[in-house]
Amino acid sequence: MKNTFLNKKNLTWLILGVAFFFLIQLLIQVGVITPYYRVTMYWICLFAILGVSLNVIIGVTGQFSLGHAGFMSIGAYSAAVVLRSMPNLTGLFIGMAIGALISLFVSMVVAIPTLRLKGDYLAIATLGVGEIIRIVILNMKITNGASGISNIPYLISWPLMFFFVFVSIMFSANFKNSAIGRACISIKEDEIASEAMGINTTKYKVMAFMFGALIASLAGALYATTYYVIKPETFGINNSINILVIVVFGGMGSLTGSAVAAIVLGIINNVFQPLAEWRMIIYALALIVIMIFRPQGLLGTSEASLKTIFSLDTYKNALKGLIDLVTLKKFRVAAASTGKGKQR
Amino acid sequence: MSLLKVEHLTKNFGGLSAVSNVSISVEEGELVGLIGPNGAGKTTLFNVLTGVYTPTEGKVLLTKDGKTVELNKMPPYKITHQGVARTFQNIRLFKELSVLDNVKIAMNNEARYGILGALFRSVNFYKSEAAIDVKARQFLAKVHLDELADVKAKNLPYGKQRQLEIARAMATGAKLLFLDEPAAGMNPQETHALTDFIAKIRNEMNLTIVLIEHDMSLVMSICERIFVLDYGKLIAQGSAQEVKNNPRVIEAYLGEEE
Ligand SMILES: Nc1ncnc2c1ncn2[C@@H]1O[C@H](COP(=O)(O)OP(=O)(O)OP(=O)(O)O)[C@@H](O)[C@H]1O
Ligand SMILES: [Mg+2]
Repeated sequence: MKNTFLNKKNLTWLILGVAFFFLIQLLIQVGVITPYYRVTMYWICLFAILGVSLNVIIGVTGQFSLGHAGFMSIGAYSAAVVLRSMPNLTGLFIGMAIGALISLFVSMVVAIPTLRLKGDYLAIATLGVGEIIRIVILNMKITNGASGISNIPYLISWPLMFFFVFVSIMFSANFKNSAIGRACISIKEDEIASEAMGINTTKYKVMAFMFGALIASLAGALYATTYYVIKPETFGINNSINILVIVVFGGMGSLTGSAVAAIVLGIINNVFQPLAEWRMIIYALALIVIMIFRPQGLLGTSEASLKTIFSLDTYKNALKGLIDLVTLKKFRVAAASTGKGKQR
Repeated sequence: MSLLKVEHLTKNFGGLSAVSNVSISVEEGELVGLIGPNGAGKTTLFNVLTGVYTPTEGKVLLTKDGKTVELNKMPPYKITHQGVARTFQNIRLFKELSVLDNVKIAMNNEARYGILGALFRSVNFYKSEAAIDVKARQFLAKVHLDELADVKAKNLPYGKQRQLEIARAMATGAKLLFLDEPAAGMNPQETHALTDFIAKIRNEMNLTIVLIEHDMSLVMSICERIFVLDYGKLIAQGSAQEVKNNPRVIEAYLGEEE
């Protein structure tokens, strides 16, 4: 490992990122990605950011949070309010900064008392906080109560979206692959041992939680300017669970897994769009099937690395897995083995 | 001045006094054993000494750089920073992590960068990470685990897991180690290898070790002094010979057989 940013690994990721950016930009320009598909693409981007940041809390640090949509709403409303009087990119960035500060503050206030405790108190506390944020927003004048804020200027563009996806995934990965990340992983692995090794567990849990909340609020601001309209109920517990699904589906602890999960679920959502109400049933079934076949999530706890991205085996295995999935191999194997059992 | 001085230590769980008015002291460089029948309070004593439990009464005093530090008011991680570390009766490794990462976590205090350094990958980050990597690998070589550096902890053979847990405790920079039944569940060969390992690291790295053990051959062969607990009380202390012939110790152990 070289001692600076300019090592082979970082540069390869950078080049991959830039290449991906221009590829999509090109597809948009030649009209392959129509405005209709762009909606799905932005959904994927937003939920990739949200999934990855929640994964830092849940998958990396092992702290179960159900309040992610709450922090998202803080970012969304901060941006929407500022954009009302300043309907341009500067306004968006100011709104983001304000949202980020509020989120950091709120998450700290929630985290310090609850994260001292071992166990799942955080899940309950964050559930409560998500609801409190929603109710506060519902009752404030500046947020326009139940009717929410509409006509938010549409400032989203692929370069802007890409920048935030890239930066939040990069920050999350850097967080995980540092001494701070190691401390967080050790907490998830065994909190008592972690503390016995000299890790200030409360401090690192609070850090991970605040980091996740900060990134969620950025995603919220982007959400506001992508969807024109925000209402308190957009950011309820349902949305927190949607983000949780992405984390579990991609693999707890695998940041790249969350990004992949956002893509897969985004595409499933889109493909079944014409089926209207059947869509939710198919979506749920897809989740159930995948949880039966891969309970550890798509990527488990491993990350997609440069090696795996450039290895043919990865795609062979993925294809094989997909075929097994479609042909219900697990059930066939299970059926075959119970058959044998009976013969004995 | 003793390295560790425990004064009138008591830990009650409801009506049960798991550790009751125990006073002991440990000198620098000693290797002492802590024995006693099942449920005698040995693990509970370790838990109090390392901050997992706060004592109901009494004090734990550590001499560090000529000064006395009161451990009984500190959380576990701060006690570790004072140079005191431990292993657990039921192995508590970071199972999904490599041997190397287990050791790096114990060395986390060596990181010379904060959250911003980590997020933006400052020059300090790269320097510090490289230094930790070198240090962790050198340390693994010293404890003969370097060939297993990239193996996940859960995939190590049982004996090696115990060994890694001791190594990880040492990697925190501790000078005083508490080992809770390091040979539990081992076969005689593994026990023998572990006994050698403990004796060796103690001499090479100037450690002070307190170990709980049921395997008497191990205790008798390497411990210079032995404390005996029964029903939370310290019933005897002294050399292996003295303890072996102490009527109260014989009674405690025979009483258990009934
Ligand atoms: N957290 C706890 N709450 C209540 N009672 C406890 C707790 N921890 C230990 N005890 C009780 O304290 C007593 C001493 O337990 P401890 O684990 O310290 O014994 P030990 O000497 O380590 O035994 P062993 O040799 O079996 O490991 C036991 O009666 C045990 O049931
Ligand atoms: Mg015990």
